[in-house]
Amino acid sequence: MAETTIIIDNERCDFCGTCVAVCAADAIELKESTIRVNMTLCTLCKNCVDICPLGVPEVCS
Amino acid sequence: MNKQYDIIVVGGGPAGSMAAREAAKNGASVIMLEKDREIGVPVRCAEGVSQAGLKLVLGFVKPEWISQKITRAQLVAPDETVVDVGTAGQVGYILHRKLFDYDLAAMAGEAGADVWTRAYVYDIIRENGKIEGVRIEHLEQKIELRGRLIIGADGVESRLGRWAGLKTRTKPKDMDTCAQMTLSDIDIDPETIVIYFGNQVAPGGYAWVFPKGPRMANVGLGISGKYSGKTKPITYLRRFADKRFPDAKILTLVAGGVPCVDTLKHMVTDGIMLVGDAAHQVNPMTGGGILNGMIAGEIAGRVAAEAVRKGDTSEKQLRPYVQEWHKAEGKNNERSYRIQQVVNKFSDQDLNKIARSVNGIPLEKRSIMQIFKTALLKHPKLILDAAKVYGTV
Repeated sequence: MAETTIIIDNERCDFCGTCVAVCAADAIELKESTIRVNMTLCTLCKNCVDICPLGVPEVCS
Repeated sequence: MNKQYDIIVVGGGPAGSMAAREAAKNGASVIMLEKDREIGVPVRCAEGVSQAGLKLVLGFVKPEWISQKITRAQLVAPDETVVDVGTAGQVGYILHRKLFDYDLAAMAGEAGADVWTRAYVYDIIRENGKIEGVRIEHLEQKIELRGRLIIGADGVESRLGRWAGLKTRTKPKDMDTCAQMTLSDIDIDPETIVIYFGNQVAPGGYAWVFPKGPRMANVGLGISGKYSGKTKPITYLRRFADKRFPDAKILTLVAGGVPCVDTLKHMVTDGIMLVGDAAHQVNPMTGGGILNGMIAGEIAGRVAAEAVRKGDTSEKQLRPYVQEWHKAEGKNNERSYRIQQVVNKFSDQDLNKIARSVNGIPLEKRSIMQIFKTALLKHPKLILDAAKVYGTV
C-alpha cells in the first residue's frame, strides 16, 4: 500500500519555522537550514501545508 | 570550558539577549545558545518600534540601530481612501535588526553571559523528573549543558516548552503567515509608514510599507492563518509589489509566522520559562513583538536570577514573571486581540466606509481607539463584540 507523506523541499524552504509552530504532533525538526518531517509522529493534519507562507510542504502519496 | 550554568537561554533574539543580560547582571552564570550561525540573521521582521518604547526598555538608543525615523502613518482602505493617522508627536524607528540584535547579544556578553552560535538544542535533560539542562549539537559535536533553569526564547518555532509539557502550539487560525521583501529604488515618503487593508490585499491581516531609507522599504504582508489555503502570502505579496512598485529591485525575500493571539496561559513550569514569540508575546493587532519580547526577557531574566539565588526554580517561584508580564503588556495584548477579532469581521465595503468617516475626524484626534469607536458607530451590530473588547461582557 502506498503511504501518504509530507515532503518539505529544503531547496525551496526559507526555514522560518511557521510550520513547526502549528504542527499538531511536534513532528517537524528545523535546524539552521535543514528541515524534516518525522513521519512516525506526523498525523497528516496538514497544518504545515496550509500555513506555509511560501507553499513548500506537499502531501505525497 | 564551563559546561555548568545557572541559567541556559535558548535563542539569541531580542527576548533571549535581554533575558541573558538581566540574569547575568543579577549574578547568575548564564549561557545563551543561538541555533543559526549568526545573531540577528536572517531578519524576519518589519523592524518597526516606537522611540518611546525603546527608550523605556533600554534607557538609550544607539543612532546606528536606526535605518529610518518615522513621523507619520497612513492607512489605505481597499478603495484607496487614504487615512492619515495622528501620531501625537510620537516618533517611530525602522531598525537595522541585524545591528540591533548584535548589540543586544554583545550587551548580554558584557554583563557576563556566554554566547554560542551554531548551537542547536535538540532535547532537554531530565533527571528524577527535574530539568537539569539541554542536549545540543554544536560544531558537529553533541554536548550536554547542565543548567538549573532554562529560558526558552526560541521563537515562533519554539519546541522547548512542548518538551517540558507546556502547550505552546499555535492554532493555525491564530497564526499570521507573512512574506516580506526589502525593495530599493522605489518612490516613497521615507518618514511615513503605510498600511494597506483589504481582503484582496491581505485577508485577515494587512500589507505594510516600512521605509528603510529615502528609496528603500520593507514591503510585506501577513494574512490570517484562517484564510491561508491555496493562495499563499508570497503570491499576495508579489501581486502587491507588482502593482505598487513595479520597477523595484528586490534585495531580500523572507517568510515568517507571527502568533497573533493572547499570551500563553502557561508560560512557566518547573525549571522552564518562555519569553518572546515562544510565549506568544506579540501585539495581536499590529503583529509587533520586538519590545514585547524585550520587556518579557528583562522581567524573566531578573526573576530567573532570583530563583537560582534562592535555590528554588519551581513554577511557583517563577510565577512573578507571569504576573509582571501581564501587568506590563499582557493585558494590553489581550485587548488588542479582541479588537483584532472585531476588525477581522469587516468586509471591504465596511473598511471603505470606516475610512471615509474617520477622515471626518480632525487629525489630532485620530487615535487607534478613536478610529475603532468610529467604526462601531457605523456598524452597531458589532457593539456586542466591542463590549468584549472593553471587558464588560
